[in-house]
Amino acid sequence: MFKYLKQLTSLVAMVAVLFTFTTESMAAKKSKTLKNTQKKGFVRCGVSQGLPGFSNADAAGNWTGVDVDVCRAVAAAVLGDANKVKFTPLSAKERFTALTSGEIDILSRNTTWTLSRDADIGLTFVGVNFYDGQGFMVRKNSGISSVNQFKNGISACTNIGTTTELNMRDFFNSRGISYEPVAFEKADEVVAAYDSGRCDTYTTDKSGLAAQRTKMSNPDEHIVLPETISKEPLGPVVRQGDSVWEDIVRWSLNAMIEAEEYGITSANADSMKTSDNPAIKRLVGAEGELGAAFGLDNEWSLRIIKQVGNYGESYKRNIADTGILPDRGPNQLWTKGGILYVPPAR
Amino acid sequence: MNFKLKDLGPQLITVIAVVLIFGFFTYNAQINMENRGIDFGYGFLSQESSFDVQFSLIEYDGSHSYFRAYLVGLLNTILVSVIGIIIATIIGVIVGVARLSPNYLINKFAAYYVEFFRNIPLLLQIFFWYFAALRALPLPQDAEAIFGVFFLTIKGLYVPAFIWENLNIFFYSIVAATIAIIVIRFQAKKLQETQGKQIPVFLISIGLLFILPLLSFLIGGVSLSFEIPQLKQLAATSFVYDGGLSLPPELIALTLSLSLYTATFIAECVRAGIQGVGKGQKEAAASIGLTPNQVLKLVIMPQALRIIIPPTTNQYLNLTKNSSLAAAIAYPDLVLVFAGTALMQTGKAIEIVSITMFTYLSLSISISILMNWYNKKIAIQEK
Repeated sequence: MFKYLKQLTSLVAMVAVLFTFTTESMAAKKSKTLKNTQKKGFVRCGVSQGLPGFSNADAAGNWTGVDVDVCRAVAAAVLGDANKVKFTPLSAKERFTALTSGEIDILSRNTTWTLSRDADIGLTFVGVNFYDGQGFMVRKNSGISSVNQFKNGISACTNIGTTTELNMRDFFNSRGISYEPVAFEKADEVVAAYDSGRCDTYTTDKSGLAAQRTKMSNPDEHIVLPETISKEPLGPVVRQGDSVWEDIVRWSLNAMIEAEEYGITSANADSMKTSDNPAIKRLVGAEGELGAAFGLDNEWSLRIIKQVGNYGESYKRNIADTGILPDRGPNQLWTKGGILYVPPAR
Repeated sequence: MNFKLKDLGPQLITVIAVVLIFGFFTYNAQINMENRGIDFGYGFLSQESSFDVQFSLIEYDGSHSYFRAYLVGLLNTILVSVIGIIIATIIGVIVGVARLSPNYLINKFAAYYVEFFRNIPLLLQIFFWYFAALRALPLPQDAEAIFGVFFLTIKGLYVPAFIWENLNIFFYSIVAATIAIIVIRFQAKKLQETQGKQIPVFLISIGLLFILPLLSFLIGGVSLSFEIPQLKQLAATSFVYDGGLSLPPELIALTLSLSLYTATFIAECVRAGIQGVGKGQKEAAASIGLTPNQVLKLVIMPQALRIIIPPTTNQYLNLTKNSSLAAAIAYPDLVLVFAGTALMQTGKAIEIVSITMFTYLSLSISISILMNWYNKKIAIQEK
């Protein structure tokens, strides 16, 4: 008798669990973050305090960069206007707290995707918009042309609160080199200290080195060493627990990359509606019901492409044309020898 | 009964309000953290920190725990605070007395110093000293030796390291000298009170402090040698000093700016204290035949100190708390190492910020207790 009772209760429990799961996924459509964003009328986006090519404000306060473009893409998809973004500049130390505490809704700030960050602290990484790796910058007249020439007692300037600090230790430790880490809170002070000769080398992500080099008093006196000592996949981050918002940010980024793959640009997006390729038609909203899955209309991706451009346009405008990293390296489409490969939008 | 209730009522309400407010914030934080999938706990303190620190008073590298990193930061904060307090007090007393000097030049110089340094934000001063020092100081290969053994360079001040033999015997000799001095002072006081005789305690103390450690060198087998920093080439144009002790420029700039800034406030406390002692006291002391030195030592200072100590305590607390601005110029203090790097690597914001706050609170309260004890000691003893 009791045996059956036990089975019965577990059956009831299973049904109950199934039921809650189905109601959950229905309820999840009403994303809190999406609702709040539409109510406010702008996307709240956390960016860096100034990294040319990624997120940098000009004298008039207009933000540009590939990280900035991710937020603008989300604003175009969700609100219909890529300019409806409120940017919050954050230090490396503040960024995750700002996101988890709800001060911002997207963190798009050259942030490395790592296991502990993804799993531990209430964050979810939605993709990669720049494949990077840590490198070293030295003065040209030092005669150093490779990290193999580093010797005991070298001093290295860097930022606190980044994976750089950890990679640096791994690197020097594995080679048995003693070093002096000089870690500042803000990037501007790191550059100033290195530039004045406080440190023999400056280490951070290679894209960062290339960008900061443009800020030095005499950029030609410095070189970035060829070695890359770590993998730094940089990408946008959202808070854990709002899967619809997470999907919107992920697919806004994916749409930009896939648009480049299919040759859809901000200039030809409208004319692509009559394309023969169904994949292109889906991306410009002429076929399928892709937006409905996250509670948006069908032209969300068309607006991203028209207002922000595809990934290649964004890269060219922000990173290549500004002379930071003219060569796309791994950040080239998989069809052109790079590693940019996104799941199909269908 | 009625009287008691009236007394207890407001206190009870205050206690309940405090408990409720704390309860609300704790509950709120708990719910929000749960919603966002953030764990709470102090277990991370025993995990490997895996980051290195530039400057540490205890042995530390990335293979030690986060707790050890916390200690490194704490000791660095205490180091800069203690040095800062000592230098600020010395400068403060000198400038404070100088402001009362009848000499026009000294007087005005002290006044301008005070007005200049206390009216510029401290953070700006820290940046100024740090980047000014970095610009002005020579690269290691261009540095001129000071007295042949000190090297002041952009990478820091390099001083010879002491290499001791039988350090413990030297240490014991100092302890013995200290005990002897205390005994002699006690006896001298008794002698003066009972027989009115004065003996030169100060000279005897200095002599003891000098002779006993000297004896430990001569017959105790203590020896001391120096390790002088040597220039070492890292690359064509980059050099560093090897061996000896090195003080990072961050520590020097921070100590300098904190001391110069806080000294202005201490100088004002000292001036107020001395001016607060009635003129009649000085005249009365002189009239009973005390020398000017004795007037200052026995009459003016004991009374002035009572006015100086309480506001100076505040300045010591300020200096300790202001040392957290170190993070701006890469001096690895508690805020930079623990509330900076460690917070970032673990993501334990609430835990780490609460520990840091509690630590500063404890530091400040310790200073307060020490100063209050001293204040009580020098206060007028009602008999």
